[in-house]
Amino acid sequence: MSEGVLHAGAGHAVHHADYLEEPKGLWSWLTTVDHKRIGLMYMWSVLFFFLVGGIFALLIRLELLTPKQTIMDAETYNRVFTLHGAIMTFLVIIPAIPAALGNFALPLLLGAKDVAFPRLNLASLYVYWTGAAMAVATLALGGVDTGWTFYTPYSTTTGGGVTLMVLAAFVLGFSSIFTGVNFIATIHKLRAPGMGWFEMPLFCWGMYATALIQILATPVLGITLLLIVMERVLGVGIFDPQLGGDPVLFQHFFWFYSHPAVYIMILPAMAVISEVIPTFSKKTIFGYKAIAFSSVAIALLGFLVWAHHMFVAGMSLFAGAIFSFLTFFIAIPSAIKVFNWIATMWRGSISLEAPMLYAISFLLIFTIGGLTGLFLAALSTDVHLHDTYFVVSHFHYVMAGSNLIALLAGMHYWWPKMYGRLYNKKLAAISCALIFIGFNMTFLPQFVLGSRGMPRRYFNYLPQFQDLHVASTIGSWVLAAGLFLTAAYLLASFRQPKGMAANPWGGRTLEWETTSPPTTHNFEGQPVLQHGPYDYRPEPAPVGVKELAH
Amino acid sequence: MSTAVPSAHAHAEGGHTPFLQHHFREMSQQFDAAKIGMWLFLVTEVLLFGGLFVGYGIMHARHPEAFMAAHHHLDKTMGALNTVVLLISSFTMVLSVWAAQTSRKKLLILFLLLTLACAGTFMVVKYFEYSHKFHEGLLPGKYYSHKGDTVPGQFLFFSFYFMMTGLHGIHVLLGMAAIAWLVWRAARGHFSSAYYAPVEITGLYWHLVDLIWIYLFPLMYLIS
Repeated sequence: MSEGVLHAGAGHAVHHADYLEEPKGLWSWLTTVDHKRIGLMYMWSVLFFFLVGGIFALLIRLELLTPKQTIMDAETYNRVFTLHGAIMTFLVIIPAIPAALGNFALPLLLGAKDVAFPRLNLASLYVYWTGAAMAVATLALGGVDTGWTFYTPYSTTTGGGVTLMVLAAFVLGFSSIFTGVNFIATIHKLRAPGMGWFEMPLFCWGMYATALIQILATPVLGITLLLIVMERVLGVGIFDPQLGGDPVLFQHFFWFYSHPAVYIMILPAMAVISEVIPTFSKKTIFGYKAIAFSSVAIALLGFLVWAHHMFVAGMSLFAGAIFSFLTFFIAIPSAIKVFNWIATMWRGSISLEAPMLYAISFLLIFTIGGLTGLFLAALSTDVHLHDTYFVVSHFHYVMAGSNLIALLAGMHYWWPKMYGRLYNKKLAAISCALIFIGFNMTFLPQFVLGSRGMPRRYFNYLPQFQDLHVASTIGSWVLAAGLFLTAAYLLASFRQPKGMAANPWGGRTLEWETTSPPTTHNFEGQPVLQHGPYDYRPEPAPVGVKELAH
Repeated sequence: MSTAVPSAHAHAEGGHTPFLQHHFREMSQQFDAAKIGMWLFLVTEVLLFGGLFVGYGIMHARHPEAFMAAHHHLDKTMGALNTVVLLISSFTMVLSVWAAQTSRKKLLILFLLLTLACAGTFMVVKYFEYSHKFHEGLLPGKYYSHKGDTVPGQFLFFSFYFMMTGLHGIHVLLGMAAIAWLVWRAARGHFSSAYYAPVEITGLYWHLVDLIWIYLFPLMYLIS
């Protein structure tokens, strides 16, 4: 392969310093408006909080090793799973792909110099850091034990740092909105000349659909969280039945955001996979428009299914049946994507590089996560499975497994572009296997536990559940080993000299046409699109002729 | 000179005004992006207030007598005065945009200052309304201490009254800050027919703030 070979392509002589080197100094990073630097700072922040949230996850699993108290008391356990959930949701999974990889890659894929509003982009990073600091500061106030969903009336009556944590999530919402506004404006106005909507790489479609949800759903969460603060500070009464309010109203408001937010987590993952699979199959993507439109369909349908979280919260059976039907309906665009990815791989020239290994892991894990969602969408089975480990396992497959494995796929895919260096491929393959095995070992037993009646968030459990809990805990150690190995070889790659080729994977999208790493302005002059994003036909298209991607 | 060559080289020319940012190829692209950004932001604002409107609607439907009794404490004259003041301010904002588009610097500053004056009037009226309510103990939630109510639960109305008009008032203040910033820039001659995006998008924002009040006024003051 071409890794480690100094790039000697025409027209890219090394007379510009790359964006990592120029300008120099910490201050230049903290005040940068370069989307690539902001993307990297987001990425490292997200990875830091992934480590923190992951340590909490390991503590939870360790506590559940035995049916009684193992390492912490019940109150501490409640705080630990709340912090795990809040950190992983608001600080890791939601910003992981859009704000980190999206910021880095989107303008490059579009052939643009930057996002539409670079200063707003930097502001979003600072807002993120502010929210993160507030979330961490709740520890000083005795932590939060409500679970990351902040259900009323418990969240309006319990002590500790609930107000601060809720405000932190409110602030973090702004960083998400800023990113969403930026991406939509960027995709509308900054595509390279010649790049119509259907010549955009599918990553951009995924980011567009994600941004739609960020804009339409996040403000509703914002006002809901403010209402919790108002309830706690002023006793306004909206969620308190003693004052004439309604706690179920909170659940409606909360899930009106938080179910679409699930798609803020999965659509960007699908966006990454849509880039990785054609590149490593050396084949035009199958069903370009179907994948593009299914992203938008998921984004819009995602707003109509929120009450499937509330089938047992006292909703009318008629409303339940409608939400159940709509939830089944949303499986269709997800399945369309999976079939199209598989059809893309079929008879392709597949090379099992690290990003592709992660993409294949994603296909398996997402399929398990998606199919188990149908059990929960069905009213009758949901009554049995609601608030059990089956739900825990389902959303970890979709949110954690799919999102973080896609994040790893994207990081391994664009690492050479980000840093001009390559990681150790053997170690990458080994750690991908460890992560895949560890993840399934952690969460497959939880499906069984849930279907047998193990409730979520419980500190103690019946002795008959112990075998499966032990398997799950050992799985969490395998998963952690894989992730630490990944961290080790990625950091070790910095010891190599920079020298990656512009296009180490043979990709056809625009980011591979500039140097690795790019200069601050991304391209030498304005790139003009000359072939489709997945044009892998053997004969290169003649210069100046524009071709469709499908 | 090449004339019909696509914009592939245009970015190197630096644009027509000093306000063209480096990552845009031309002013019209930058202007469109700014407008898209502001419209998207307005969508988020509508949804932010939307949550409160839905909450108000549900609580109103559940406690119609309490809401009806409570709204008699509001001063319809003051509310109507503020509605008129905000409508005038929207008109002067439109004139500001027109003045900027047609490079009339003095008129632009005049209309912006008029808009600012209307916004200030709104806040002053609001201040008198609020202090009257505070005085009578018509406060949100657990701070409600009004004596002599015949219908219970009126504090719920005032919870929403203060949350919704309060959030709206914060938006008026932010709008005033933005308009003051426009005056500062207009005085330095930044705006002309070649560059007036900040005036235009601040105008969009201001109209939304106005529009939200147009909904708040009948919802709070004119229940029947």
